[in-house]
Amino acid sequence: MSPEPVLSVRGLRAYYRTRHFGVEREVRAVDGVDFDVERNQIYGLAGESSSGKTTLIKVIAAALKPPLQVVAGRIDFAFAPNLLSLDADALAKVRWKHLSYIVQGSMSTLNPVRRIRESFVDFAARHLALPRAAFERAVAEHLQRVQLDPAIVRAYPHELSGGMRQRVTIALATICRPEFIVADEPTTALDVVVQKEVLDMMRSIQRGIGSSVLLVTHDLGVHAHLADKLGIMYAGRLVEEGPTTAVFAQPRHPYTAHLIASLPRIGDAAQRQPLEGNPPNLAAPPPGCRFHPRCPLAMDVCKREVPPMTSLGSGHRVACFAVNPA
Amino acid sequence: MSTSPLLEVDHVSKDYARGGLLSRHRLRAVDDVSFTLEAGRAEIFSIIGESGSGKSTLAGMILNVVTPTAGHLRFEGTDLAQIRGRDAHRRFMARVQPIFQNPFESFNPLKQLDHYLFITARRFVGADEAQAQRLADEALVKVGLSLAEVRGRFPHELSGGQLQRVAVARALIPSPALIVADEPVSMVDASLRMAIVNLFKTLRDELGIAIVYITHDLATAYYISDRIAIMQRGRVVESGDARRVLADPQHPYSRQLKGAVLQPAPGA
Amino acid sequence: MNALKVLRDLFKTNVEFAIGAVLVGIVVVFALLSFVSPYPPLDVYLVAPDVPPGWPHVFGTTSRGQDVFWLLTYAIRNTLLFGIAVALMSRVVSLVVGLLSGYKGGWVDRVLMSINDTFIVIPLLPILVLFFFVMRDRMTSGWLAVTMALLGWAYDARLIRSVAMSLRHREFTRTSVFSGMTTREILQREHLPYVLPIVFSTTLNNMNWSIGLEVTLSVLGFTDINTPSIGGMMYWANQHTAMVAGIWWWIAFPVLAVMMVFIGLYLLAVSINEYIDPRSRLSRIGAGA
Repeated sequence: MSPEPVLSVRGLRAYYRTRHFGVEREVRAVDGVDFDVERNQIYGLAGESSSGKTTLIKVIAAALKPPLQVVAGRIDFAFAPNLLSLDADALAKVRWKHLSYIVQGSMSTLNPVRRIRESFVDFAARHLALPRAAFERAVAEHLQRVQLDPAIVRAYPHELSGGMRQRVTIALATICRPEFIVADEPTTALDVVVQKEVLDMMRSIQRGIGSSVLLVTHDLGVHAHLADKLGIMYAGRLVEEGPTTAVFAQPRHPYTAHLIASLPRIGDAAQRQPLEGNPPNLAAPPPGCRFHPRCPLAMDVCKREVPPMTSLGSGHRVACFAVNPA
Repeated sequence: MSTSPLLEVDHVSKDYARGGLLSRHRLRAVDDVSFTLEAGRAEIFSIIGESGSGKSTLAGMILNVVTPTAGHLRFEGTDLAQIRGRDAHRRFMARVQPIFQNPFESFNPLKQLDHYLFITARRFVGADEAQAQRLADEALVKVGLSLAEVRGRFPHELSGGQLQRVAVARALIPSPALIVADEPVSMVDASLRMAIVNLFKTLRDELGIAIVYITHDLATAYYISDRIAIMQRGRVVESGDARRVLADPQHPYSRQLKGAVLQPAPGA
Repeated sequence: MNALKVLRDLFKTNVEFAIGAVLVGIVVVFALLSFVSPYPPLDVYLVAPDVPPGWPHVFGTTSRGQDVFWLLTYAIRNTLLFGIAVALMSRVVSLVVGLLSGYKGGWVDRVLMSINDTFIVIPLLPILVLFFFVMRDRMTSGWLAVTMALLGWAYDARLIRSVAMSLRHREFTRTSVFSGMTTREILQREHLPYVLPIVFSTTLNNMNWSIGLEVTLSVLGFTDINTPSIGGMMYWANQHTAMVAGIWWWIAFPVLAVMMVFIGLYLLAVSINEYIDPRSRLSRIGAGA
């Protein structure tokens, strides 16, 4: 028996529709995505630029702004069924307490003219509803738990290094013990050494609170280190999904396989082959399977029909006609 | 023929002054760095460092856009500080070309890409209209593209990987001896990255061009470098043969760097 | 890029542009009518004075026996030409100073900006009055335009300089340098498109400023009486105490005409500005995220 997933996405389509001076464009950033995130699980979403992953998490984190529109589909959280139908007030109740969102480059989203302590008050006081002294104690405890010196609440953001700011941002996002955390490229601009510390911090918080994390980054090394389950996105669709070790050990989709094989590794000087072709233009994507122009295994059916996600057992799913003939 | 080295970085330092009138203090961006690239033996020399290590400042000094506070940089025997006047600058730029980090910013988004290729040909090789087209096409073919694909295009019409390839093609037109690439693939998608990195190998092996490759990514540095230098806060902490240093780093910082690398492999 | 097609698209899709174009169009047509005027503009007492608007004098006549309608066509033509002349001349100076200063930096910047700031603090009205006193009858409309152009570039040069400074550090500038482009080429080909929106909005500002200043000077009597202008008309109207005498049409129609110019130019500049702004150009061709 498997417990109900904490996040369930079905048939999601989200497009950018713009009109400028009489020119209309529709960019199909997310075009049919289905997946679940279980409780106490770190789900990694990998993909390159124009894979649609950033748009996907904007929609999931209810951070939609025009010209982005949800065209079809459904998002259900265990604590907020049918997220897309909630109005602004209901969303505000859900945010931060149940669902928190670490945006890309969030180390620069701390208010530069307010001390850290005040940022905590701004973000969290309303949700924790504690008297001032108790609130400050809760903040200090939380910071200690994530191995940050509680004294940093007195500092201004510019007095801290990039890595420290990122850790503060993560602490901010997790102080209300949300059930679901969405993290968009949390370590991208950080140095390699700091990156590892921040990721380890995220894992220990996640295990401590028991929340689920949707971690989005293009860096497969980060996923290998942190994610329990890995989903690979290409051109607005999920092409492969499964337990991280399984996906790395035996990638089934040609895109995943090529991607993993092309990354260099210290200790291995063998020649690496790049992927042919270019990422697709989401305003005019190729018909059928969107990977077919670059795929070495492309067949006729790939150019006409979209391959469905089929299960290979043990939670490993692939959308490819070469693996699962139509 | 005298064999002065291709590039000599000789105890080079760069300071930036910070602070106001009453409390100025110096920030040492680059601290007494020295290394030499021999002529006639093209190699890929990687400089590895995190942000704040001074690697980009060092790149700027090699390209002669930043002046060192101390020490000398000599290219083919000429001290860079002696290069004065438009002609001397042009002669230098014909031999040393850059590749920048952000492929989308390397070209003016409002202008067509071929413009840069043609003007490079006209200015450095003295080509006329027809010759410029031919040279541009040859350079593009070397990087796996063609003039037909690029003609009339704006930067946003190409992917990051293609743009970087156009940047490399442009840099190849004057037939430089040295290319300084500052984080050339950090903003390029993973699936396109290896095309550029492999291209650098080709430039070294088939065209005899030396490359100073600046990066924070140890894995790609391991893959293509002949020698590496690891920088921390402006100083070179370890340098030597690439494979040897990365297989068994000696300096604590190098060890820390290597330990922090997340390999994209199962059970990492 | 087909300019006519672009203008037509703008007209259809952008309300501000449409209204601005219409207003300015009316004024320009009106100014062109001056070429078919039956009355020479400088002659007085050609028709019955102080006649209210009606037929055949659609806008009435002045106390000096001139037809307001036809006089206005000359006046608006001269005023428009004046404004354009000042704007063009001062744009050239602002652009050269601003781009050079911003791109070169160092001592070039310091010297140019010292000169620039000196011009900013000069009080204009007293200086212009002084010029009039010195030059007396030799101060024609043309010389006034040159003088104002030489006084009106400083503020905008600083704006252009700040854009140029930010462009200097962008990577495509360095690519241009390493492609062998000269400073002049870089400023002209690479940086100018980014600077144009500022140039456009300051051109409008400049035109409004110069026309306003010219009217002010004229009302005070510092005007070229050989070149009829809006300010000139208002000056004569004041001399003949038109408002008190009830000859409202002598003042009202010039004022209406100049208001149409101001509002029309403003709307045009705002809408064209938005169109040529690099950020909106980029999103139109699909480059912006």
